[in-house]
Amino acid sequence: MDLTPLFRPRSMAVVGVSTTQDNHPANVIFTKNHLRYPVDTYQVNPKGGMINRETVYKGVLDIEAPLDLAVIGVRAEFVPDVLAQCIKKGVKGAVIISGGFSEAGNHHLQERVADMAREADFPFVGPNCLGVYAPGQVDTFFLPGERIIRPEKGNVGFVSQSGGVLVDQMVKFAGQGIGISLGVSIGNKAGLRETDMLEFFEADPDTRVIAFYIEGFDRGEGRTFIRAVERCKKPVVVLKAGKTPRGMAAASSHTASIAGDYRIFSEIMKQHCVAEADNEFELTSFCESLSCYPKGIDGRVGIVSLSGGHGVLAADACVAQGLSVPDLSKGTADAVRERLSAEIRTIASLTNPMDLTGSSVDADMITAARYLSRDETIDCVMVLLLPYSPGISADIGARLSQVARNEATPMIAYVPHEDKYRIIIEGFELNRIPVAASVEGAVLMAKALKRCRPC
Amino acid sequence: MLMDIRLTQEDKAIIEHSRSRGWVLEPDAKAILGNAGLGLPRRLVTNDIDEAFEFMEDVNMPVAAKAVSGSILHKTEHRAVSLNIDSRERLENEMARLLTLDGCSTVLVEEMVTGLELFVGAKNDAQFGPVVILGMGGTGVEIYNDTAVRMAPLTQTDVLSMADSLKAAALLTGFRGGSGIDMKGLCGLVVRFSHLAMAMEKDFQSMDLNPVICGPDGCTVADARIMLVT
Repeated sequence: MDLTPLFRPRSMAVVGVSTTQDNHPANVIFTKNHLRYPVDTYQVNPKGGMINRETVYKGVLDIEAPLDLAVIGVRAEFVPDVLAQCIKKGVKGAVIISGGFSEAGNHHLQERVADMAREADFPFVGPNCLGVYAPGQVDTFFLPGERIIRPEKGNVGFVSQSGGVLVDQMVKFAGQGIGISLGVSIGNKAGLRETDMLEFFEADPDTRVIAFYIEGFDRGEGRTFIRAVERCKKPVVVLKAGKTPRGMAAASSHTASIAGDYRIFSEIMKQHCVAEADNEFELTSFCESLSCYPKGIDGRVGIVSLSGGHGVLAADACVAQGLSVPDLSKGTADAVRERLSAEIRTIASLTNPMDLTGSSVDADMITAARYLSRDETIDCVMVLLLPYSPGISADIGARLSQVARNEATPMIAYVPHEDKYRIIIEGFELNRIPVAASVEGAVLMAKALKRCRPC
Repeated sequence: MLMDIRLTQEDKAIIEHSRSRGWVLEPDAKAILGNAGLGLPRRLVTNDIDEAFEFMEDVNMPVAAKAVSGSILHKTEHRAVSLNIDSRERLENEMARLLTLDGCSTVLVEEMVTGLELFVGAKNDAQFGPVVILGMGGTGVEIYNDTAVRMAPLTQTDVLSMADSLKAAALLTGFRGGSGIDMKGLCGLVVRFSHLAMAMEKDFQSMDLNPVICGPDGCTVADARIMLVT
């Protein structure tokens, strides 16, 4: 089953536009795609006619051109008929945004739709979902374009059971400068489910890290998902909702009461090197760092800063997150010291975390980062940049990025996310070095890289 | 460690005749574990004091006596276990007492094994299927909850990482002069058990091996409970 036409369509029909209500979800979807995306968009309503001087087709079968995608926004009871027409027409896939299925108790109707699609080998997303957002390609969210904040095109593939979480997470991604390759809200999951999406993203060259918001799996589905994760070479991040244990009191054996549903979920994710984020903030940090560094580390962090306090805060946070801040190899401090500028040579503290002091300049930061990268006790370099310091130039981001690329030890930076430091942040990000907006965020980025237990 | 554990005819028969009860009696559970190659104490099921005493003399060490009863699932709570029996007199008294308990017509007599008490369990999880739990054992297992969980089947590497993740990991490797346990033996036992859990996927709800007693020379399942899908 080829999902590319569904997620990256060249043509689409929006079925169920209203001839009387301008802000009907289907109308919003038609308008935004028709006006703003490079996709040939058709609108469908059995009444036909015109809306805003554009033709309304009476059915998908009346559209002559081939269709990659149908967005179905009709009332639940009409969905099977529309789906049958789409299958007959040879549409390549559908997004069913309509609600009124399992979530409203109408399991039978949902099963009927799922069965029809399965028999025809017809992929669909939903029902009861927002559908698909592929930057610069298509957007089936029924939220007016002027109301939502969208991330740029990037390399995070994001799948969410909840449409609300998807939209909210996209705002957070945008805020941190993280781009997405594709965001999909899978709603009731009657068609495509998490494992299908994992397989799609694994094969998708635009995606480097795959993130999920998961509420729960069906019977045995967790195992299927894990088997797919084992085959997947890209980093996988999950955020789990529904963590509170239930049914513990009824447990009749030790095992059942020790291992509640969430505990099992969480431990199995760890066993299989899936990075589980505790919250949305972690999810954002994890996605940014894993999209830059797909390989795992042990988590031995070397920290360099020009403020002793930041170094100590970062070291504490590293230890609290299960990372180590080891003593440096003999020789590292000497190698750094002899290359430091004369002003700081005697006052810089060159143990881990390194404090170069506020009198340091770009070249000192670069020297420290280079020799930390070369120290074998370190497998991740954390650079805490306080651009208030006069010796730090606007080029520091780009210059440190070159060190990271040369030395091949993952580097993570902290730069305050203020507009005036944008040039430094971009100096890192455009060279694929992750930048956090806080010390804690930088530590979480390092934690993401340690997603595998040492075996 | 490539492994293929299948249920034997005996295992299948035990599961079938235990299904209406919802759980497997300890001697039967141990038969299943023994067929899968897990280490067990020498043991005897009897209601005859002479036979029991002869067994005790044979093993030449203290024994435990446990009531075998379809009415007693949680043995400790019913005082259905008697440990460290080292004389004919105590054996006689304890057997007589156990045989008066509800539904008890035979007693399981076993050699007492000593060592570090671990917990090895399996749960048939709705989302992930069989999962295996390893932790510190004994009756305090739920209180300390020092356990690790993994999806079955497991490899030796999984078991080592589970042991390493326990707060009590140092007790396994040897702490303050104590000798560590036979890690290879523990790995073998847990790996085999994980494959047994896969073979029993359709039949079991949960399995508790508690305690599994580990010393420097091996690991032995001292008590076992298998809850079935009913």
